[in-house]
Amino acid sequence: MAETSCELFDCGHRACGGCGAALASRLILKATGKNTIIAAATGCMEVFSTPYPETAWKVPWIHSLFENNSAVASGICASLKKQGRTEKVVAIGGDGSTFDIGMLCLSGAFERGHDFTYICYDNEAYMNTGIQRSGATPYDASTTTSPAGKCSIGNSRPKKDLPQILAAHGAPYVATASIAYPSDVVKKIEKAINTPGPCYVQIHAPCCTGWGFEGEKTLAIGKLAIETGLWVNYEMEDGVVSRVKKVIRKPVETYLKEQKRFRHLFKPTVNTEEIAKIQAIADKNAEKYGTDLKLKNKPDPVVP
Amino acid sequence: MLEITEGSHAVAKAVKMSRPQVIAAYPITPQTHIVETLADMVADCELDAEYITVESEFSALSACLGASAAGSRTYSATTSQGLALMFEVCFNVSGMRLPVVMTIANRALGAPLSIWNDQQDSISLRDCGWLQFYAEDNQEATDLHYIAYKVAENPEVLLPAFVCFDGFILSHTYEPVDMLIQEDVDRFLPPYKPVQKLDAADPISFGMYATPEYYLEFRYEHDQAMKRAKNAIHKAGKEFGEMFGRDYSALVEGYRLEDAETAIIAIGSLCGTVKDAIDEMRTAGKKVGLLKIRCFRPFPADEIRDALSHVKRVAVLDKNISVGAKGAVAIEVRDALYGKTMPVLGYVIGLGGRDVRISDVKNIVSLAEAGKGDQFYGLRLEVL
Amino acid sequence: MALGLGCSSRPGKARNNKTGSWRVFKPIFDHDKCTKCGMCKTICPEGCIEELEDEFFVPNETYCKGCGMCAEECPSDAITMEQEEK
Repeated sequence: MAETSCELFDCGHRACGGCGAALASRLILKATGKNTIIAAATGCMEVFSTPYPETAWKVPWIHSLFENNSAVASGICASLKKQGRTEKVVAIGGDGSTFDIGMLCLSGAFERGHDFTYICYDNEAYMNTGIQRSGATPYDASTTTSPAGKCSIGNSRPKKDLPQILAAHGAPYVATASIAYPSDVVKKIEKAINTPGPCYVQIHAPCCTGWGFEGEKTLAIGKLAIETGLWVNYEMEDGVVSRVKKVIRKPVETYLKEQKRFRHLFKPTVNTEEIAKIQAIADKNAEKYGTDLKLKNKPDPVVP
Repeated sequence: MLEITEGSHAVAKAVKMSRPQVIAAYPITPQTHIVETLADMVADCELDAEYITVESEFSALSACLGASAAGSRTYSATTSQGLALMFEVCFNVSGMRLPVVMTIANRALGAPLSIWNDQQDSISLRDCGWLQFYAEDNQEATDLHYIAYKVAENPEVLLPAFVCFDGFILSHTYEPVDMLIQEDVDRFLPPYKPVQKLDAADPISFGMYATPEYYLEFRYEHDQAMKRAKNAIHKAGKEFGEMFGRDYSALVEGYRLEDAETAIIAIGSLCGTVKDAIDEMRTAGKKVGLLKIRCFRPFPADEIRDALSHVKRVAVLDKNISVGAKGAVAIEVRDALYGKTMPVLGYVIGLGGRDVRISDVKNIVSLAEAGKGDQFYGLRLEVL
Repeated sequence: MALGLGCSSRPGKARNNKTGSWRVFKPIFDHDKCTKCGMCKTICPEGCIEELEDEFFVPNETYCKGCGMCAEECPSDAITMEQEEK
């Protein structure tokens, strides 16, 4: 039965049990189908899926370096165009590759307008090398290179707004998604690969090992990120925001206290000042994107 | 057909006739005329290729990697800082056995910044698993591109190739070049037939990671491919000679070497100057000869040993230096001649575009005769 | 040459790695409670939950890592995790 599985991402890969990125891999291939070429960056997804000779990918797939999957994809696009071939080109990278070291190639590929889709699985740190801070690491998160300590509250910078940056490059379609809402992920990727030009989908992929929660809670944590407003699911078509996922917002503590990477905000004492700053980030997101659900005949939801 | 043409333009024409499907271009002095000429050709529909104006040299070679893996014949050109920026990708392209061909218009590496010629850039990448061809003149620079594609794409080889020619000295100089016509190039160089490629009809994962159980064997295979390249070069070079009258089957080439007592070893445009110096020295009665290295990787150790077995001394001219050691070519030549008793003396010259004259070559022969070597030649002591 | 050129490989060999051996807890599927929504199959990070002919679902024990996501997310509480005796 396993042999007749129509899954394009095979069993036997070495992701942690409960891995958000592994689920993202399956959803990506569900959306793209067989007629796809993938250019992958070095990272968790690449490492857990391709230790020679075991590969979990049943579509053509190429890994080059940590920071050049967009440039490799650009070359593939040019080659396919010249050969008159129809495969969709998809570049996949983690947040470390996408937000940081890969920015050069990403910006260049989007500026040149190649017809490809870039998918970032965002687990908010360099997970494969041991949970180091990236440009996508949220404010106050403790990582191994932004650890909480006697004179540090963890990562001191807010998350880089990469979707906006790529929309500013003229990307016709940009979307954020979360593995907590799998069919939404599939829909958005389908839309991206069928929109001509460079498109971007950023998928929130909670990491049980890196964030510090039990593997079974991966989707629950992903939902809490959205319900607290710290992650917003939305689309941008030619730079205009639309289809924002609306929620009745919960206070950010409900999300933060579930994860060891924010434990320092609660123990030994509750750091109300920092939690308030994080709440302010969530409030700003809510205001900017309009995430708060307004119910008829009921007062507006009050978020402390 | 014989043309008086700038080196860069001749190279661009050779590239055009090699029919690359994808060209990735990033400008850097002194390679710019090549990529500009190619851009003109594409713009005028003379060259049917996808031309990607990438945002850095790193991306240029990465784009070539992707295009080559997808099944296209690809091309790029760079030098010096650009090649250094591509360092990581160079190892990747050759490790993945993708037959990309890239022109290197040799130029010194900063710091200090320099736009002028030496061979530090490509010689510094001698470990990365690319074939390395060096042109003495613009004729060779042109012809070596066809040879490079043919050898690189040989299923027994499948390695990328640098075709190196000295920046400004050759790239910006007008010389007579016998340009082939398209039909001739097509006869010599058929379309690229990849052994494997990214293809939804036959999915393959490229560039997987190798654990310690496998890595050594992959690197061994890589090195074996480079060794097999020698035969592929013989074959392609001989075929070229039979078709067009210029034989490139030899990795090294002797000039007045047969009865030489002193052998000079040189790479690239220096060889022209050395030949002129040799002619003058011969007239004066000195038995000097040149061994030109046209192919530096795979390193022609056996060929060097055979060619020099009779000489009394060897003077190696290095337009590069492995800082803290010696000129890289001298080190490798000495290794090839291990066990032989003749002195092998190295001279670091011409760095950063310092002119090398016939008189300098004669002086070096005198130094070699006096047993004085392993030095920077021509230091301006007054500025030190 | 037995080695995949340039460290490449065709699909299939991932299945040699039987990740079921990683398991401490095993999911037990109660088909009496199951509403056949398919959520478990959708969200399994291994893709190893298989649909039977009668449209119920079972985990593939060769690959199931016992992460418990299916049990956590099943809307009908039809999946429970039990410590596996080995």
